[in-house]
Amino acid sequence: MRLSRRTYVGATTLLVLALLWYLATSGLGLVSAGRFPAPGDVEAAAVQAFGRGYPDATLVTHILHSLKLVAIGFAVSVALGVPLGLLMGWNRVAEALINPVFLVLRPIPPLAWIPLAILWLGLGDEAKVMVIFLAAFPPAVISTHAGVRAVPPPVVEAAQMLGTPRLRFVLEVLAPAAAPMIFTGLRLSLQASWTTLVAAELVGSLAGLGYVLNVAQQDLYPGMILVGMAAVGVLGAGSTALLGLAERRAVVWAQGATE
Amino acid sequence: MIAYRQPLPLGRSLLLGAAGTLAFLGLWAGLARSGLVLHMFLPGPLEVAERFAVLVTTPFAGGTLLAHLASSVLRFLGGFLLAAFVGIPLGLMMGWSRLLDDIVTPIFDALRFIAPIAWVPFAALWFGTGIGGPLLIIFAGAFPPCLINAYRGARYVDRRLIEAAAMLGTPGHRVITEVMLPAALPSIVAGLRISAGLGWQSLVGAELIVASTGVGYMMVQAQGAVSTTTVMVGMAAIGLIGVAIDLGLRLVEARIRAHLGQA
Repeated sequence: MRLSRRTYVGATTLLVLALLWYLATSGLGLVSAGRFPAPGDVEAAAVQAFGRGYPDATLVTHILHSLKLVAIGFAVSVALGVPLGLLMGWNRVAEALINPVFLVLRPIPPLAWIPLAILWLGLGDEAKVMVIFLAAFPPAVISTHAGVRAVPPPVVEAAQMLGTPRLRFVLEVLAPAAAPMIFTGLRLSLQASWTTLVAAELVGSLAGLGYVLNVAQQDLYPGMILVGMAAVGVLGAGSTALLGLAERRAVVWAQGATE
Repeated sequence: MIAYRQPLPLGRSLLLGAAGTLAFLGLWAGLARSGLVLHMFLPGPLEVAERFAVLVTTPFAGGTLLAHLASSVLRFLGGFLLAAFVGIPLGLMMGWSRLLDDIVTPIFDALRFIAPIAWVPFAALWFGTGIGGPLLIIFAGAFPPCLINAYRGARYVDRRLIEAAAMLGTPGHRVITEVMLPAALPSIVAGLRISAGLGWQSLVGAELIVASTGVGYMMVQAQGAVSTTTVMVGMAAIGLIGVAIDLGLRLVEARIRAHLGQA
């Protein structure tokens, strides 16, 4: 297989960066270990995180904890948001009634709900699920709504003329036609879920990746900060890839449904 | 049979909109008064409005609401402008130079999935909790859309324009400022709007965690003091400023589009 020029340049860049990192930290000591970790420090931190655990549980435990909260918040948002978006796209009265609530609440960034969530539900998991839901729900609703509104009128008219019952009309005409837009919304929802979770855990928590970052910051432990950030990045990328997989499946199904 | 695509008459749509808003406020007020929820945790809309007016003049957590908002907005402007001044030129140059594109893209992709807020520990470690720490986080939130939209804008510039400029012997930096920048402008401004939204949201997150002034800091202090009304005032203020920023950028966008004849 011939590698493209792009791959070569990309790989070279990352290698040069890694070399610079090594030289600036352990090699020449230009950057103090208290500010940015040397490769060795990161390795040691990773070994500790996966082995003995930090601060009191292994990284895998923290990852599973964060993953669980994101999964619950995201799943609830999708399960409620997509049907509501379908309803709003298809029923004008529902649209006119519900839209203003979104208009009032949408300018408030999800992260601004964190103090209120803590006041209401405390520092435990419930508050995190609440803010993840508040972050992930609007994109799911709004994109589904927009997707349904973008369905070409002839498709809708044809289905109506054939007397398709309402439920089948929504499930077999509107939802498949709006599927690409719905997934765009779900990607935004997923991203928002991770951002919000990390923020909520940083503000106050006793487990999870944000907690690891928080304790590492207080312990002035840059190696562990980097390990925590890498875990956040890998999980974000991994879950997005998983959603992409689901999207390809759903699009195949949607094509089957409309044909 | 549902009449699918005809829009509702404007009057009815406005009426339903007002009904929706009123129903929301009414539900909120009703729930607050019903005694089902502890009043301490759910004050009514009127109380929040009153508290808003009080906080404009009375200091809380080291400053009045206006003072906190001023320091938040200053931080936001710092991080947002920095993101724009670094991201837009870099994006344009990446659209122009394949080599730069190939160099920056893998770095960008490696960092893309790290939530901006995850930079908080390093931000605190490197720059402290004054201006610098939160600024880095706003930058982390606002930078990607600036870069991506400038890059996309530049990539979709008609190649013939660039070739014509090159054939006429236009130097590289003038190709960027005089050919690519104007053509990419609509995409750049659209990117700025996304970036302002993400930057404002990152600022709030940053201030909740690493700051000693600002509206986010005020909310955390209010949460500690179990003053739900003050927390809600903070949320309302954040929402209002967010809307104002977006409206400002929309105006800029409309002007630019009109100027370029794409209104």
